Amino acid sequence: MRPPSPSPEQLGPPEAEEAEDGAAPVPAPRPRRRVTWQKLTVLPAFLLALLLATWLWFRGADLDSIARNSIADGNVWLRLRQHVVLTVVSTFFVLVIAIPLGILLTRRRVRPAAPAVIAVANVGQATPAIGLLALLVIWLGIGMRAALVGMVVYAVLPVLANTIAGLRAIDPTLVEAARGIGMSAVGVLRRVELPLAVPLILAGVRTALVLNVGTATLAYFGGGGGLGDLIASGITNQRMPVLVLGSVLTVALALLVDWLASLAELLLRPRGLGAS
Amino acid sequence: MAEAAPRPPEGRAETSGATVRTSGATIQTSGATIQLENLTKRYPGNPAPAVDCVNMDIKAGELVVFVGPSGCGKTTTMKMINRLIEPTSGRIRIDGEDVTGIDPVRLRRKIGYAIQASGLFPHMTVAQNIALVPRMTGWSKRRIAERVEEMLDLVGLDPGEFQGRYPRQLSGGQQQRVGVARALAADPPVLLMDEPFGAVDPITRDHLQDELIRLQHELHKTIVFVTHDFDEAIKLGDRIAVLRERSHIAQFDTPEAILTNPADDFVSGFVGAGAALKRLNLTRVRDVGVVDFPTATIDDPLQTIFERLRAGTTNEVLLLDRHHRPYKWLRRGDLMRAKGSLVRAGTLVHDTVTRDATLRDALEAVLIDNAGRVPVTGRRGRYEGVVDMETLMNSVHELLEEDRLDAVEHQHLLEEQRAQQVLEEQEGTTDAPEELA
Ligand SMILES: Nc1ncnc2c1ncn2[C@@H]1O[C@H](COP(=O)(O)OP(=O)(O)OP(=O)(O)O)[C@@H](O)[C@H]1O
Ligand SMILES: [Mg+2]
Repeated sequence: MRPPSPSPEQLGPPEAEEAEDGAAPVPAPRPRRRVTWQKLTVLPAFLLALLLATWLWFRGADLDSIARNSIADGNVWLRLRQHVVLTVVSTFFVLVIAIPLGILLTRRRVRPAAPAVIAVANVGQATPAIGLLALLVIWLGIGMRAALVGMVVYAVLPVLANTIAGLRAIDPTLVEAARGIGMSAVGVLRRVELPLAVPLILAGVRTALVLNVGTATLAYFGGGGGLGDLIASGITNQRMPVLVLGSVLTVALALLVDWLASLAELLLRPRGLGAS
Repeated sequence: MAEAAPRPPEGRAETSGATVRTSGATIQTSGATIQLENLTKRYPGNPAPAVDCVNMDIKAGELVVFVGPSGCGKTTTMKMINRLIEPTSGRIRIDGEDVTGIDPVRLRRKIGYAIQASGLFPHMTVAQNIALVPRMTGWSKRRIAERVEEMLDLVGLDPGEFQGRYPRQLSGGQQQRVGVARALAADPPVLLMDEPFGAVDPITRDHLQDELIRLQHELHKTIVFVTHDFDEAIKLGDRIAVLRERSHIAQFDTPEAILTNPADDFVSGFVGAGAALKRLNLTRVRDVGVVDFPTATIDDPLQTIFERLRAGTTNEVLLLDRHHRPYKWLRRGDLMRAKGSLVRAGTLVHDTVTRDATLRDALEAVLIDNAGRVPVTGRRGRYEGVVDMETLMNSVHELLEEDRLDAVEHQHLLEEQRAQQVLEEQEGTTDAPEELA
């Protein structure tokens, strides 16, 4: 038998094929970029447009002395700042209270108490916010403190409920595996349970934040300041531009906060959990 | 058989957590002994114990399989060893040391733990998962990184490719391998595995079992392996504990003994039909002849390949790829028909076996592949030799003949015993005939 002599091209293919099937380590599939440019730009652009339009309209509107009074001396800026402070501080306390409480209520020994605590938190949220604020003002006196306490009571539930739900949703075999390989109780919580519950906890925080921007408008009635001041004076004095300004700012702030929280959700969500 | 190994009373006072040999015991290449003494578990609200007074001696470096019907208490018994479940009463000794009272977290760091569906943490990469126990025990960063690579290598995954991946980017079988790597990372003397291969397809399971056998050849850990698949038990176990309800030990013996001599109806029921075929699961490719076969690699010049084809007695060579993995069977004439193109010539190798594969796997591979032989591979799928049909047939034949002789011998023994018994009865009781009448 006389084999035909091989040509180089004919020898080529198996090599190429080979190189593909395993010589060079295939880089691990890159996790998809989670923050898209649409996500980053659409809402801010919308907010800018909204604020610009409001501003233009506001400049065109003719304001009498009463209306001018309610926005004089940087009153708008002050109210906006107060509103942000109210939101941030109340949310901070909500987190400090609700997350540890949620963790505690999912520990084995305390677990039976969870329904009772949730019921209490439910009462907090079911009470009309205005009524709650009135009661707190009677108790704590007029001022930011009463407003803050009211907001915290009002917003604890979503974070608490989500923390509990997030921790409970974890596959118990994972927790057992963690204990089985020798993690301490604290280690299991820190390295496994909390990271896995982060998405749900953050969703709760986002709800609480938006809720707080809303309820902060009521702080005015308890003497706590905030954008509620503009809205209320717009209503009582029947000055449309002032009312619109207060409302638009509140809405814009709520949207901005929600957008920031959604970014935080994306960035803080542990990698490897898959795109939701 | 399950005998309650009576222990001499412990001279030493109760060991406290502080005296556990942590430094010495964490790094050793061979396993520790495990003794279960009157181990009992009662779950609250159920007066009947789930595990009732189990006594068992497991030797160092032994792979013991717990097998039994669902709900018989295998998992409970196993989890009492690392105290994920606290025993109601009884003792556990590891390397002779009573661990029933020591700090469970410390205990568990000396005991590898692998479970069904891998139990990998989805938010950590493969490397982070494997590094967990070494990190907790305070290894240096560098040592951990080296160890992670070593472990991935050990379970047959390419470190460069896999260490940065998240568990959901792996197949079920790969996850399971990582699970085993994690369990072994801190080099624990004891390894507990609860149906670790229960959730993967049969072919992958087979491969994973082979890998485990290979690993065990290298590492000699003490492994307690839970399964309800008797075939898996036969394939893996040095000894098998057949458990019935409440973890009562029906038989605790080598697979050969259980297959050829089941203790009672429960065990033979569990062994099931086809004991002769199952017997093939007990012999491994390494025990029969692995022979050389003419090979060539795809990088060899064609001329060399032709020469080998002509020189060999079989008119056939096994073509290896660049990593020395079996690639194609090449017969004389194949190349000519394919006009000298190695891509088109020959038939692809369908299946390979490792030295740890059972004869049954090998037989199956040979039957499916019409080459009449199957390549044997080692680490990373490198070619090591072939097993051919003839070798297999001969060893199967020998095996069955051996078993037949054993059975005959056993039969004789039984008959002798029976005769002896009859004799004793006749001598001892004079009124026996009357009773019969
Ligand atoms: N946490 C528990 N509380 C009460 N009873 C339990 C608990 N865990 C297991 N049992 C009971 O103990 C017995 C043994 O369970 P175990 O999980 O050890 O069985 P198994 O042999 O591993 O079964 P399988 O093969 O199905 O995994 C069962 O009857 C089960 O119902
Ligand atoms: Mg089980």
